[in-house]
Amino acid sequence: MTEPIISIRNVAKRFAGGVTAVDNISIDIMPNEFFALLGPSGCGKTTLLRMISGLETPTEGQIFIGGEDMAFTPPNKRPTNMVFQSYAVFPHMTVEQNVGYGLKVTGVAPAEIKTRTAEALEMVKLSHLALRKPDQMSGGQRQRVALARALVKRPKVLLLDEPLSALDAKLRDDMRMELTRLQETVGITFIIVTHDQDEALSMASRIAVMDKGAVAQIATPAELYEQPRNRFVADFIGKVNLLDAAIVKQKGETKTCDAKGIGKFDMLTDKACSNEATIAVRPEKLKLSTSEPKGAGLVKVKATIRDVAYYGDTSHIIADTVEGKELEINVQNDSRTGGAGVERGQKMWVHFNPHDALLLTE
Amino acid sequence: MDDWKDFRRVFLTLASPGSLWMLIFFIIPMTFLFVLSFSSKAIINGETSTTAYAYFSTFDNYFASAGTSYLVLLWRAIWTSAIATFVCLVLAYPLALAVCFAPPRWRPIMLLLLILPFWINLLICTYAMYSIFRSTGVVNQALGLVGLGPYEMLNNTTAVIMGLVYVYLPFMILPLYSTIEKLDRSFLEASLDLGASQARTFWSVTWPLTLPGVITGIILVYIPCLGTFLTSDILGGPNNWTIGNAIQNQFLEANNWPFGAALSFILMYATFIALIIRAVVARRSKGVDA
Repeated sequence: MTEPIISIRNVAKRFAGGVTAVDNISIDIMPNEFFALLGPSGCGKTTLLRMISGLETPTEGQIFIGGEDMAFTPPNKRPTNMVFQSYAVFPHMTVEQNVGYGLKVTGVAPAEIKTRTAEALEMVKLSHLALRKPDQMSGGQRQRVALARALVKRPKVLLLDEPLSALDAKLRDDMRMELTRLQETVGITFIIVTHDQDEALSMASRIAVMDKGAVAQIATPAELYEQPRNRFVADFIGKVNLLDAAIVKQKGETKTCDAKGIGKFDMLTDKACSNEATIAVRPEKLKLSTSEPKGAGLVKVKATIRDVAYYGDTSHIIADTVEGKELEINVQNDSRTGGAGVERGQKMWVHFNPHDALLLTE
Repeated sequence: MDDWKDFRRVFLTLASPGSLWMLIFFIIPMTFLFVLSFSSKAIINGETSTTAYAYFSTFDNYFASAGTSYLVLLWRAIWTSAIATFVCLVLAYPLALAVCFAPPRWRPIMLLLLILPFWINLLICTYAMYSIFRSTGVVNQALGLVGLGPYEMLNNTTAVIMGLVYVYLPFMILPLYSTIEKLDRSFLEASLDLGASQARTFWSVTWPLTLPGVITGIILVYIPCLGTFLTSDILGGPNNWTIGNAIQNQFLEANNWPFGAALSFILMYATFIALIIRAVVARRSKGVDA
C-alpha cells in the first residue's frame, strides 16, 4: 500500500480570543491526488492549507509530509509550494525573475535557473511574456506566473488557495481545464481550497467537505453527490429537497417513513435510525406528470406549479404540494415540448422512486 | 471621471484662495529674494543705504558665497544632514516594521508615542536635549554620582546630529509606516514559501517594495536638516554652524539681505539637486508603487 504524501493527524488551530478555526482534523492525502478542501467561508479550509504550507502552525496535532512530521517546520524548509489567492506575484520583478526567484534564493546555479524557468514558462504558455512586469499583465496571466513560480520548485505538493475566485467566468472554465491538465502532466499532488462546489466536483479526485472547522465527509465527487453523509453535505453539494420524516415502522432494512407534506413510503437502508430522519432527493430525481403515475413503490404527491425557470437544456421548477411543502424539480428538456410545456398554476403529479432518495440520520 | 475643464469656474473658485495664499506668501517673497540675490545695497550720496537696493547690479553675492568659509558651512550642512538622515532611516525602519506587525489594538498608541516629538515645538525639543546633555545636565549629574565626568557632550557635530535625529525621526517613521502598512503580506509569505529565509525576504521583497516610502522619508528629513540653524546653534555652537546659521546671520545680524538671499538660493539649489535625484530614482523603480 502506498504511503500518504500528506497525513494530517488530529490537527487543531485555536486563535487567541477562543476562536477555533480547525478542530481535530485528520486527513490522508495520497501521492498524485487532486484533493479539494471544500466548504463555506469561515469553515477553516484556508487555515488548514496554510498549516500544510507552514504559514500557520497548528495548536495541536501533527502534519506529516512525505513521512516526516513538519507541523513546526518553517515554510521555506517544506517541500510544498503555494499559489496564493491574490497570486502575490512580485511587482518589482519581471515574469522571468518571479519564476526564477524560488530557485535563486535556494542557491540553484544560474544556468539551471535559466533552463528550468524557461521550461516552467513553456508549461503555462507564457514564454513570450518572460520580460514583462506584472502590472502589464491580466489577472489570468499573473495567475499563470504564480503557478509557474510554484511548479518550477518541483514541490511534492502544490497548494492552491481559491485559485479561480478572482477570474471572470470564461477564464475560470479555461483555467479549470488547464489545472487538471497540468496536474496530470507534472504528476504531483495538488491540494486546492475552494468554496465553489462546481470547481471541486469538476477538478478534484477526492474532496473533503468542511463545516465549522471539522471534516463533514471525505469522498469522491460522485459519492459526495449521491451518498452525502449528512444534511450539511447534501445541502452544500448541489441542490436538494430535504424532507423531514418520521420513521413510523422499522423492519430490518425496510424503514417506513412518513414525510411531512408528502406521505408514507418505504425506504431501504442499513443505517440505524431513531424516530426522526431526513429524506434527501435531488431535483433531477423528481419527475412530473399530468396523470397519476403508475408503478409499484413510487412516491407520488399532487402539487401546484409555482415557478418555472427555463434554462434551455433544463427547466427548474418550483412546486407546492397540497400540504404546503415546497419541492424543486429539474426537468430535462429532451423533447421540444418537454419542460417548456409546464405552466404556472398547473396542477401536476410529482413522483420519485425511493431508490433515488437517501435517508439521512445526521 | 469628469474632466475638471468641464467645471472651470468651480475649479477656479475653489483653487483661488490657496493660489492667492501661495502667491502672496511664497511666490512674491521668493521672487523678491531671488532679485535681491543679484543686487547690492544702494549707495546714496557716497553712503551705503540700509534700506534701498541697486537691483540686478551684481553677481558678487554669488562669488562671495563660493568663498571657502561658506563652502565649508554648506558642505557641513550636506554631510551632517546626510548622517542624520541615515541614522533616522536605520532607527525608523525597524520601528515602523514593529508597529506594522504589532497587534492592531496596540498600533495607534505605539505610533503616537513614536511621533510625539512631532507634536512638540522644535525649540522645546532642542532645549530639552541641551538641558540633558550640557556639562551640568542630567546625564553629567548622574555620572557625577558614580564619580565620573563631567564630560563635554555638546558643542560637537555628534550633538548636532543627535538633535536632528531626535527632531526629525517622526518625519521618517510616518511615510515608512504608511508604506509598510500597505504592503500586501502575501508577498512576504510567497517569498518564504518559495524557500527564502527571513533576511533574504527582507532584502529581496520588503525593502524594494517599500522603497518609495524610504525615499519620501529621506526627502522629508534631509531637506529641513539642510537648512537647520537652531539645532546647530544650540547643540553645536559656533564651531559647528552650518549654512543655515550663515543665512540667519546675514539677515538678522549683518543686515546684508542680498548676500543672505544668495546663500539661501544656493541652499535651495542643493535641495533641488536632491529632488532631481529622487525623481530619477523614482522613474527607474517605476511600477514598484503601482
